[in-house]
Amino acid sequence: MTVRTIRLTTPLKDADLKGLKIGDRVLLSGEVYTARDAGHKRLVKLIREGAPLPFNPKGAVIYYTGPTPAREGQIIGSCGPTTSSRMDAYMEDIVSAGIKATIGKGGRSAEVREIQKKYGAVYFSAVGGTGAILSENVTKVELVAWEDLGTEALRRLTVKDFPVIVANDLAGGDIFLEARAQWSKKI
Amino acid sequence: MREIDVRKISNAVRDLAIEVNIHLSEGFVERLRKALAQEKSELGRELLQRIIDNARAAREKMLPACQDTGTAVILVEIGQDVHPTGGNLIDAINDGVTRGWREGLLRASILGDPLTRMNTGDNAPAVVHTFIVPGDKLRLSFMAKGSGCENMSRLKMLKPSDGEEGILKFIEETVVEANGRPCPPVTLGVGIGGDFELAALLAKKALFRNPIGARHPEKHIAQLEEKILDRVNATGIGPLGMGGTVTALAVHVETAPVHISSLPVAVNIDCHAHRHRSLSL
Repeated sequence: MTVRTIRLTTPLKDADLKGLKIGDRVLLSGEVYTARDAGHKRLVKLIREGAPLPFNPKGAVIYYTGPTPAREGQIIGSCGPTTSSRMDAYMEDIVSAGIKATIGKGGRSAEVREIQKKYGAVYFSAVGGTGAILSENVTKVELVAWEDLGTEALRRLTVKDFPVIVANDLAGGDIFLEARAQWSKKI
Repeated sequence: MREIDVRKISNAVRDLAIEVNIHLSEGFVERLRKALAQEKSELGRELLQRIIDNARAAREKMLPACQDTGTAVILVEIGQDVHPTGGNLIDAINDGVTRGWREGLLRASILGDPLTRMNTGDNAPAVVHTFIVPGDKLRLSFMAKGSGCENMSRLKMLKPSDGEEGILKFIEETVVEANGRPCPPVTLGVGIGGDFELAALLAKKALFRNPIGARHPEKHIAQLEEKILDRVNATGIGPLGMGGTVTALAVHVETAPVHISSLPVAVNIDCHAHRHRSLSL
């Protein structure tokens, strides 16, 4: 299997996502917004109320992470992905607001794959448990909202060549299901 | 009666908290290198290499290897001839957790109440299990337990007729259901027997076994460990769930006597960071 590496810059456009296939490596640059369990609860409340969001969701990328505090002289602490499936329940609201991609780790539900297909969004996986090395791809951190949530606050991370793998593509493909089907046969 | 000042215990907890999160043990990194040699999937090897590189980056940058610096799970084996002095033992442990998290710039991940869900801000309180043992030593075992893998752990009250195959099937199902979510390659702590809560505690204790992959001294349990490991590694889940031959690094089983009508089995999953250390005072 040849490995393709694609460079993408946020905000993401439909054309950016069209050719992506599961297993493709993507180096993402631009801005991503951090949100996980508690942040999603607030985001979805705003979306359902029709209230403005603290950032422009059109073509935006959400990164499921709660970083550790930055050491002096460093931009951010350890900042790897958290388990995405906990945010599955929020996905329809999130992508209907215009968000084009989420970054996390681990597989998602069949329902989420359908929602992503419907709204034209993809799911990227970062390498779970590698938050120290991933911090090297973050060039700037800004607090956007909800400081009271601590690590779960909404932050804007500026990233440079942030390495992710396409885990769900626009065709509804799932790298986890495919990989297991392939490898369980070989063993 | 040997007296131990609780400040000593508190300081030890603080040091362990920082140490386990930033420095993955050399023995464990060695196990990851072995996994890299064993893994047949190209992508799996790439991911394992990245995990190994991350362990080095964490040490060099003095950063936690993973942003989920975990729940502080602490086993305290207290010799019955030990008298903790200068304060309350549990308070001292929590004070050590608070200082470790603050000084080590670890992530505050603990909510004071599971329903109202407000962050305590300092990762206290820890989950502490105390055991009274013979002697005049106090042994602390510290684990930074990630939640991604803890969430995928399960317990089932099997029927005695389910037997060994039932145990294997339940563990395999648990790992398959978890898939890439607990950050494989995982380490499995398995508790069999006792009752509902003892099985779970045995599973957690099993994760502390050192060195990783050491076999249980009893032959029939050691054989079961091998069978579980083979079964789990045949699932094809692989590193981070992206396919391959190394889904688990090790399986540790602990058992306890059990009621004639019971066969409780608990599976506690740990991620590929597997952060723990022990010391004696």
